[in-house]
Amino acid sequence: MIKIRDIHLEGRSDESWIPIINGIDLDLKRGEVLGLIGESGAGKSTLGLAAMGFARDGVRISKGSVEFDGIDLVNAPAAVKRGLLGKRIAYVAQSAAASFNPAHKIIDQHTEAPVQHGVMSTKESQEDGMELYERLRLPNPTEIGFRYPHQVSGGQLQRAMTAMAMSCRPDLIIFDEPTTALDVTTQIEVLASIRDIVEQFNTAAIYITHDLAVVAQMADRIKVLLKGDEVEEADTRTMLSSPKEEYTKSLWAVRSFQRPAKPAINTGATPIVSVKNVTAAYGKMPVLFDVDFDIHAGRTVAVVGESGSGKSTAARCITGLLPPINGHIEFEGEAMPLDYRRRNKDQLRQAQMIYQMADTALNPRKTIGEIIGRPVQFYMGFTGAEKRKRVDALLEQIELEPSTYFNRLPSELSGGQKQRVGIARALAAEPKFIICDEVTSALDQLVAEGILKLLADLQDNLGLSYMFITHDLATVKSISDEVVVMKDGRVVEQGPKAEMFQPPHHPYTDLLLSSVPEMDPDWLTDLLKARGVDNIGDAAVGKM
Amino acid sequence: MSALTTIAAIVIISTLGGWMFRFAGQKGSQNAPYFRDMPYGVAVGYVLGAIVLLWLAKTYYLGTTLEAPASNQYFFFVKAINLFVIFALVAYVFRIFGRHVGTAGTKKLFRAMPVTAAFGVMIIIAYAVTAIFAGVIAPHGQDQVFALANVVPGGDPALGGNPDFPLGTDQIGRDILSRLIYGAQNTVGIAFATTLLAFFIGASLGFLAATLGGWVDQLLSRAVDVMMAIPSLIFALLLMTIASAWAGSEKGILTLYMVVIIAVIDSTRVFRLARAVGQSIVVMDYIEAAKLRGEGLGYLVFREILPNATAPLLAEFGLRFCFVFLTIASLSFLGVGIQPPLADWGTMVRDMSQFINFAAFAPQVAVAPLLAAGAIALLTVGVNFVVDWMLHKSSGLKE
Repeated sequence: MIKIRDIHLEGRSDESWIPIINGIDLDLKRGEVLGLIGESGAGKSTLGLAAMGFARDGVRISKGSVEFDGIDLVNAPAAVKRGLLGKRIAYVAQSAAASFNPAHKIIDQHTEAPVQHGVMSTKESQEDGMELYERLRLPNPTEIGFRYPHQVSGGQLQRAMTAMAMSCRPDLIIFDEPTTALDVTTQIEVLASIRDIVEQFNTAAIYITHDLAVVAQMADRIKVLLKGDEVEEADTRTMLSSPKEEYTKSLWAVRSFQRPAKPAINTGATPIVSVKNVTAAYGKMPVLFDVDFDIHAGRTVAVVGESGSGKSTAARCITGLLPPINGHIEFEGEAMPLDYRRRNKDQLRQAQMIYQMADTALNPRKTIGEIIGRPVQFYMGFTGAEKRKRVDALLEQIELEPSTYFNRLPSELSGGQKQRVGIARALAAEPKFIICDEVTSALDQLVAEGILKLLADLQDNLGLSYMFITHDLATVKSISDEVVVMKDGRVVEQGPKAEMFQPPHHPYTDLLLSSVPEMDPDWLTDLLKARGVDNIGDAAVGKM
Repeated sequence: MSALTTIAAIVIISTLGGWMFRFAGQKGSQNAPYFRDMPYGVAVGYVLGAIVLLWLAKTYYLGTTLEAPASNQYFFFVKAINLFVIFALVAYVFRIFGRHVGTAGTKKLFRAMPVTAAFGVMIIIAYAVTAIFAGVIAPHGQDQVFALANVVPGGDPALGGNPDFPLGTDQIGRDILSRLIYGAQNTVGIAFATTLLAFFIGASLGFLAATLGGWVDQLLSRAVDVMMAIPSLIFALLLMTIASAWAGSEKGILTLYMVVIIAVIDSTRVFRLARAVGQSIVVMDYIEAAKLRGEGLGYLVFREILPNATAPLLAEFGLRFCFVFLTIASLSFLGVGIQPPLADWGTMVRDMSQFINFAAFAPQVAVAPLLAAGAIALLTVGVNFVVDWMLHKSSGLKE
């Protein structure tokens, strides 16, 4: 079907061309799904696009060939490519919300390709769209297409996008991280739909992702990329059971990080932070209802839930950014002013925050030394050599060489290093309690594991308490001591980790837990069987 | 009809030529990525560019070989090409100079600089030197009146010039060269001070509105809306009339009033930009982190927000500077701006504007007003080149 030989791609940087992909071969047969995995920057998306004979702006195919069904896509004239793209080769982008044009109805965007390519008339294509929506198990298939993109949920939009890619019955679809932006419960619906439809139409697909467990469900074969080079390729079961290369093994091993269990909390101890019956609202819209939990010294409390469940809002209440309308926040047994503006320096110092996106959490115009030095000066009053000494010590704590990094700007750091600087800034205030808001979700798995280990070490050495907000249950398993499960602004269930991961569960916890993809390639099939095939996701949530 | 046929010929040649050019490139280079990925439009652009270059060369050749330069229709064209080439060369040399002289920091700066930016830097330095040392450089005083009025520029007695006044004299006999030099001091100096003041007022209030939000934002923004609803030149004129009544015969005070009035009116535009830019910055997590640290408003605005807003503000500065410049020129023409004995480029253009009509048959005569206009244009271009480069540098844009 598609045959890529010794492909080289280069990206433009100032005046010169820098290699992105260095000679990769790729073969794909009809009806086969190939998984491309690798860290960010490994060249997965670039390779995926190159399979369409396409290179983004500022990127070019410098060497090699791409043959699609006997057609040379690299040297084909634009007119020939136009005839193929959208019709025989389709592409599903990572963020459906950003890829749909918000000004047009979904069905109008759906019919565009078939009509343009002369495959169907507008009417035929609309009917076909409805059929596809039904096959993809979208609710109200006859009606949903006539909505605008913002009127349907993220998971539904991603399925509508898959339907759109299917509209001309292409021979090849490239899925570029289609579920990365979705919650675990939604992810399952999309994964199952994609797998079904690819099987039904016997379409070849390239599935790009960084999530190993996902690729294990979807792909027949897996190809691992690292910095533009192929590490290895094998069929899924072989790859999972016996990876050959060191790098692949390290990827597989990431999920094994596990902290030893801590002794149970002394019941008489005063918690560091205690959230008492907090109810909060944005304007008139209530978002938190009677939330109540404690965080004890030296412990990690993981707050889990889907997006919109109120986990970040709970953090904003603790920091005082969103003063609750009801209830109060206690630090070591003392009630704190609810609004951060009324807290004094020492109270502010006690609770620090680490953010999800290190890119927006560090001022891009300040050097690392300035970023970490500011809280040192602000809270401790250190200046000059004393301040420098403290900043150096902090940089060493986060395992960055002080002399190298002190004068760098955030843009000169990798994602993981930026996150470390964010941690150092929090530590600089010498707090007892740190809120970690999805600190690892924007990072590659290997890097994320490093951050988790660092946080664990810091906790052991400094006796810190963490409130760890995440939607990733694997992370919860590896780092937390207690777990709080939230849904729609309420605490559904809470308790020590060991109990939480043992049945019986609250049905919602159960749904969350069972939705986390596992490395077993049969996991999705088994799960769908267990839930009843026609009854995935939506139905399971609806039942509760 | 001939114009139509020419246009048709150009269109046909470039559409066909573009295709042929790309095809030849692809065959000649064994399908190198550069030609393979070249869009058709780009190929047409190359051919069109070549046609324009040929036309320029032909016209330039005609202009230099024609007899009777006094009534030469290509006079300004030839001068423009000459100036362009000279400026490009000088800027290139200036950049080479900058790369080898100075501290390590400036050398590094010049190495990364495109020629256009080097040109801009050079122009700004030249204007600054002229403005500061105007009294030393200028051969005559700016208000010195000579008996010889309306001397033609060029200094050639055969064409009505006078070697004593290389750029001629105006209607009442003041040396144009000296007035141009003093004009740099008055016009540029005042415009620069005004723009700085406008930015100080507009940016501080804009960031304040963005950071505080709520009623402060409402109050400031609505006030700015009201100010912007009144056409700016009319508003300035109105205020200047009042100001000149207050100032009475004190010319110096009137100039100060003008600086403040134009600055306040222009600061509304800066306010809008600063507020919009500020609003996209205050939602960043690092601002939240600073707020939670307990930082004060001053630190937030000047240490966290301002460094991230410099790029758009600088771009606006270049543009605003030119507008302020023109506003001052307009006000001077209307009699309420820079007051008469002081030289000002805007006033000079307006005073001698009727000579521009002579361009067709006596190009030398038309040079006088165009010189002042050219001085404004050159500085505008120079400032914008530098601002473009700074924007490019600070935004980290690639290509």
